[in-house]
Amino acid sequence: MSRFSHALAGVLVLSLLSACGKIPWNDPYPESERGKNILYSVFSERPKHLDPARSYASNEIIFIGQIYEPPLQYQYLKRPYTLEPLAARALPEVAYFDRHGQALPSDATPERIAYSDYLIHIKPGIYYQPHPAFAQDAQGRYRYHTLGREQIAALKAPTDLPHDTKRELTAEDYVFQIKRLAHPRLNSPIFGLMSDYILGLKEYGDLLTAENKKLKSTRGEDAYLDLQRYPLPGAEVIDRYTYRIRIKGKYAQFKYWLAMPFFAPVPWEVEKFYAQPGMKAKNFTLDWFPVGTGPYLLAQNNPNKQMVLAKNPNFRGERYPHEGEPGDRENGLLADADKPIPFIDRAVYTLEKEDIPYWNKFLQGYYDASGISSDTFDQAVQTGGSGEATLTPDMQAKGIQLKTTVATSISYIGFNMLDAVVGGGSERARKLRQAISIAIDSEEMISIFRNGRGIAAQGPIPPGIFGYVEGEAGINRYTYNWSRGKAERKSIAEAKRLLAEAGYAGGRDARSGQPLLLNFDTSAVGPDAKAHLEWLVKQLKKIDLPLVIRSTDYNRFQDKMLKGDAQIFEWGWNADYPDPENFLFLLYGPNKKVGLNGENAANYDNPEFNRLFEQMKNMDNSPARQAVITQMVEIARRDAPWVWGFYPKNYALYHHWYFNAKPNLMANNGLKYLRIDARARERSRSQWNQPLLWPAGLLVLSLLLVLVPALLIYRRKVHCAPRPKAAE
Amino acid sequence: MIGYVLRRLLYAIPILIGVNVLIFTLFFKVNTPDNMARVHLGMKRVTPDAIAKWKAEHGYDKPLLFNAQATGSGKLTQTIFFNKSIPMFAFQFGTADDGRDIGQDIKTRMLPSLALALPVFLLGLLLYITFALTLAFFRATYIDYAGVVLCVAMMSISSLFYIIGGQFLISKILHWVPISGYQGGIDAFKFLVVPVGIGMISGLGSSSRWYRTIFLEEMNRDYVRTARAKGLPERVVMFRHVLKNAMIPILTGVVVVIPTLFMGSLVSESFFGIPGLGSYTIDAIRSQDFAIVHAMVFLGAVLYIVGLLLTDISYTWVDPRVRLS
Repeated sequence: MSRFSHALAGVLVLSLLSACGKIPWNDPYPESERGKNILYSVFSERPKHLDPARSYASNEIIFIGQIYEPPLQYQYLKRPYTLEPLAARALPEVAYFDRHGQALPSDATPERIAYSDYLIHIKPGIYYQPHPAFAQDAQGRYRYHTLGREQIAALKAPTDLPHDTKRELTAEDYVFQIKRLAHPRLNSPIFGLMSDYILGLKEYGDLLTAENKKLKSTRGEDAYLDLQRYPLPGAEVIDRYTYRIRIKGKYAQFKYWLAMPFFAPVPWEVEKFYAQPGMKAKNFTLDWFPVGTGPYLLAQNNPNKQMVLAKNPNFRGERYPHEGEPGDRENGLLADADKPIPFIDRAVYTLEKEDIPYWNKFLQGYYDASGISSDTFDQAVQTGGSGEATLTPDMQAKGIQLKTTVATSISYIGFNMLDAVVGGGSERARKLRQAISIAIDSEEMISIFRNGRGIAAQGPIPPGIFGYVEGEAGINRYTYNWSRGKAERKSIAEAKRLLAEAGYAGGRDARSGQPLLLNFDTSAVGPDAKAHLEWLVKQLKKIDLPLVIRSTDYNRFQDKMLKGDAQIFEWGWNADYPDPENFLFLLYGPNKKVGLNGENAANYDNPEFNRLFEQMKNMDNSPARQAVITQMVEIARRDAPWVWGFYPKNYALYHHWYFNAKPNLMANNGLKYLRIDARARERSRSQWNQPLLWPAGLLVLSLLLVLVPALLIYRRKVHCAPRPKAAE
Repeated sequence: MIGYVLRRLLYAIPILIGVNVLIFTLFFKVNTPDNMARVHLGMKRVTPDAIAKWKAEHGYDKPLLFNAQATGSGKLTQTIFFNKSIPMFAFQFGTADDGRDIGQDIKTRMLPSLALALPVFLLGLLLYITFALTLAFFRATYIDYAGVVLCVAMMSISSLFYIIGGQFLISKILHWVPISGYQGGIDAFKFLVVPVGIGMISGLGSSSRWYRTIFLEEMNRDYVRTARAKGLPERVVMFRHVLKNAMIPILTGVVVVIPTLFMGSLVSESFFGIPGLGSYTIDAIRSQDFAIVHAMVFLGAVLYIVGLLLTDISYTWVDPRVRLS
């Protein structure tokens, strides 16, 4: 027994000693990183592409947005979203020309404009991150452009090569990247769109495709397609720091594309370096090892586990903005005004596929910021008496901050306008759609399924985008009444009246007497989706309409949408840029999904709406443009091709050591503005994560308690076992 | 024996062709190359031209199984099936839809998978056999009854529960180890201790019950009665005689698993953030990346065949009466 007592005492002493220690055991990061100026964040899906010509997903842009520098960027603090120069010296100079090449005034009508020139001057003295692709020998020859397969096979990373150097950014790099959009091996997602606008890009794509085919057949799959040999009329170098993009006609939204990585510079040396035979087999490609001029470079590239950004030693330097919107100064967002950025030395992004570990590690202080999933919403947020969201006392005690913002997105239920029952422009179909729009209570859906994280939509344009109108003037009068200072959904009686006028009184077709059976097509699966779909069926039941859920897999659903076989469906859109054109084009007839493969999923095609869209898309933001948009929105509300759904509201949580966080849904290069207090983080981590050791003692004790009776039985068994007599 | 092994390896070829046909048919039954292109190119601004280019670049612009346009053997060789399947037999896995070399990814991700699966396998086997032997030793006592009830209860609980419960208790409440993540070298220990423990515990119920049944069956054999009659202690009877003779049925289930340990765990790796081949496969299924799914299924089939062969060979080691011919 004395041995047992000693063991127990040993465990207890060990426990006490460990508990006195300050270093948490559950720290997932190496000890060498403790107390360092490092930001810890996550990515939930492994990025597919880091090549700026290919990348179009948010989980990719969080990396390349910090590495590549397009000519323009969004001002970090100002709202509405405002473009400002990044690598460019100023916003582009835009000049318009008629078909004879004569210059036109800036207010020329779009019909007169044959092409537009965007003249962009970039800042001198901007350098790329160090890279072996730029290294030259004494004779000026590139050291690593003719590596052998064996040399490449021996490398663990392209940066293992002993020599690297920097190179100044030139206008040629921007032009080279525009050419890359047409590269047949890259499949840039915006090639289709841009070839409609950039002069000669489509033909350039055809030329490269033909050359690529020739090259592959003569020199093999890996042969380098040298874009510098083929000029592109729509993108020209004027001088070392100036280039010109020529656009067909007028495309007012083109400036927004200039703030996206698609138009960031790519040096030809790097493309040639990665094109060497043997590089691809090692996964050494520009798609995985980006090379840019931005504040950060990709220091560790392991999309299976961790991506690490580190400060680019060649970054030219930039300053934190000194202007914002009202309230920013009071919220401390201008405390770092004019200080040199970036503040953070390294950013470590860890792959977290599941919400539970992500959330718990955030609570333990191992991630600096977090979103809120439905499962954890109640732990984090409580709704006050007046409906405002506040943090729970547990979160407040940890000093966590909550920031909310309405996304520049819309989620809606669409009617297939080609469908014989719910589609078409007849009065019957319109009233049927209006009745359904009233019956589907978006406010209830937001409350039940999204914990209040959303705003019921009144039309296609979300808040924060020019054209959105707040208050009574902005409500959808076909679905809502303005009452007691807010929009109130029309009654079910009103919906039933509309249904009766449409010829479906009591949910029955007046002509046939049969119940009107509607179909909802979806690829959603799982318990959450089931609850949502059941709720949807109940909504239509309120107006006596039976709704059949046609569940299918994702691929079949997409096929149905492309062929126009779906009847009612759910869809959504995230803004590419902060312009109403980017939402209203979702209802533009020539952008239909069926037959034209466009983004107009409802296949809505109203000639008056289309005419106004063409007029609106090239107008500058002005009262005149607002008037056209108001007309367009009114037409769409009356025709009700969508149940307008909701604009999602994003909730984000930040620890008390995290500064300068302001959700900017357009900017993808926000890391450089963030600042953290690493010491405060260390203190909190240490305080929140002390190991609890008494359960270990309890576990040992329980095991011993189980062992004692087992031992007794064993002894009894052994002693009572019959023993053969030796003599026998 | 060499002849036997060679013969078995030759038998593997038609099996692998069959596996290829099956995976190919099943995958393309639910996914067309157009669907794959659309998923890969994203949901925004995908034009028919972009889809056609993607298919051409990735070799999905040919007919699936039979090319009526081609002549001679081209009818069979100029197909997606032929072009994607034949290089597999030389372990040339090609590139994933995102352009990464699959062979390189497999090499990189195999070690973390093994770092999780090998301890679960070895320590688990030790635990299950010990526990089952203990239950068999205490047969028909309340320890045996309690153990069997425990096994049945543990079998009834989903492995996901063990994972979430383990993370909650060990990492969130007790703060002993990180909830998820992975580092190489000695640092891997703190990330693997919970997933390994959970891997062992989640298999304890079913494996121990199975081994207990085997041991009980052996304990009723004549040689055990003889050993006891000779006066051997029960401990010696159990460990020296019963355990040794129970090895054949145990090996049947165990050796076959050894090569497939490289393939990783589909669920645990995702929950614990271990960058192994299990999570690689799951990601590929989610993103409809046929090249990766194809490579992983093919590799799985090869390793399973190797496992079966090793099982047969291992019989000869534990039972000298077995001869392979």
